[in-house]
Amino acid sequence: MSSYLIETLKTRFPAAVLETHDFRGDETVLIKKEALPAAAAFLKDELGFDFLMDLTVADYLPREPRFELVCHFYSSKHNYRLRLKCPVAGTDARIASLTPFWAGANWFEREAYDMFGINFEGHPDLRRILMYDGFEGHPLRKDYPLKKRQPRIPHRD
Amino acid sequence: METKKAELPRNWELEKLADGRMVLNMGPSHPAMHGIVRVLLTVQGERVMDADVEIGYLHRGFEKTCESVTYNQCIPYTDRLNYVSPFINNVGFSLAVEKLMGIEAPPRCQYIRVIMSELSRLTDHLTCIGANAMEMSAFTVYFYLINAREELYRLGDSVAGGRITPAYTRVGGLTRDLPPDFKQATAEVFRMVRKNISDADKLLTRNRIFYDRLHNTGHISKEDAISLSFTGPALRSTGVPLDVRKATPYLVYDRFDFDIPVGSNGDNYDRYLVRMEEMNQSMRIVEQALAQLPDGPINHPDFNVILPPKGEVYGNIEALMAHFKLTFEGVKPPKGEVYQAVEGGNGELGFYIVSDGTGNPWRVRVRPPCFSLTGGLSQMIKGGYIADIIATFGQINMIGGELER
Repeated sequence: MSSYLIETLKTRFPAAVLETHDFRGDETVLIKKEALPAAAAFLKDELGFDFLMDLTVADYLPREPRFELVCHFYSSKHNYRLRLKCPVAGTDARIASLTPFWAGANWFEREAYDMFGINFEGHPDLRRILMYDGFEGHPLRKDYPLKKRQPRIPHRD
Repeated sequence: METKKAELPRNWELEKLADGRMVLNMGPSHPAMHGIVRVLLTVQGERVMDADVEIGYLHRGFEKTCESVTYNQCIPYTDRLNYVSPFINNVGFSLAVEKLMGIEAPPRCQYIRVIMSELSRLTDHLTCIGANAMEMSAFTVYFYLINAREELYRLGDSVAGGRITPAYTRVGGLTRDLPPDFKQATAEVFRMVRKNISDADKLLTRNRIFYDRLHNTGHISKEDAISLSFTGPALRSTGVPLDVRKATPYLVYDRFDFDIPVGSNGDNYDRYLVRMEEMNQSMRIVEQALAQLPDGPINHPDFNVILPPKGEVYGNIEALMAHFKLTFEGVKPPKGEVYQAVEGGNGELGFYIVSDGTGNPWRVRVRPPCFSLTGGLSQMIKGGYIADIIATFGQINMIGGELER
């Protein structure tokens, strides 16, 4: 089963798969961000990955494309996990939303937007979730200093 | 004075909409909701038409902070994720780093980690059910269950030296071994816990008021729960028997005989029943683990992973060097990324760690189980009564520290 999943994705999306590895047994596929919706639909409908367990972003500054969207899928039918990653450029921090496939992506993507400033296209309600309106910057970006102070915000209506 | 009143934030007030609906603000600090969360309700009479859950009141930047400390220094921070079941967080984080390094803790350590995780699951469920019952005005039950939790906290205290912030594990091992009288102490505590759970069971399970408040409220279907990434008791209450301990066993969970209780209806009452039975199963696991508990070291033998004993540090140069290297630079996993899931009190607790080969993690991501649950809260309370929110909110067991990190 190990390489089966990766091979299936490779044959299905030959132009989109950029890199694969299974470091410590975690099967990982890096695909182009344009192919994300198609790959997500394929994983969900044909490979039986019914759970979007986690969706997050990692910042690899100063590398470009600096961001990586990291999704962890789980199939309860086959008891199997897969990590799908998409590079996202810092100059064009946009990627398609997974909310049409998994309702749970809603809050995960809001958090990723809040913390990294990635815009999820097609998200129904993309706004900050942990930080407040008026917060400047995105705290989990590598160029956000650990002890940065925030401006005082006026009393809100 | 009048001008001041006009300046009040709009949505803090009861606001009447055109069609007879009303916007009602619940929280952030509501007496009947433990945890700080704000729910903006659109109600029609007593019915909830729409709900917007707003979180972020307890965000402390756990993930950001972890990026500038060593791996072992992250462990005390993990206590503060789900502070009702701290051992599970400790274990999950250590397991993730060990997976990243490609090492495994010795068998005795793994057994102790299982025991402490299950004690944590007990405290988590006891708190959840106790607080839930209290909010349904069954105050006696709260004291019964919190009494039992207190005994378990004391047991954890005797092991780790801390009631709710034990910081018990280290990468590759533990801070200390079990105390010598641990088996006997556990047996005594379990006798009391069983009695208290049985008392609570008699007071709640067939109690007409409690049943009516919980049955068929906060309902969620199996498909919706899966789509919303629900895990843990909330998912199992819908009939999906998914438990990380069974599905992808970690530590030595595959050596124990235990059952995964599931519900059928996906409502609050099923979640309550699932939790009640899980506590019995946890005690079963602890008893089996104590019976099988092997002797031997609790720490990984490699001094590049775990601090050498003090005698060695003062006695030979190699250990002294290892001590300094580990204290200042910390363990250094190779470049790579791993995701390690453990079964927390509320569901799958996942740690995604990216290492760049230095002593500080490049990225630590926690997949908090109650994040998805709270994300699904608005769907669960829509269409119900305002009073049902209390029951549903109690049963999804939102823990602020874990939700917002």
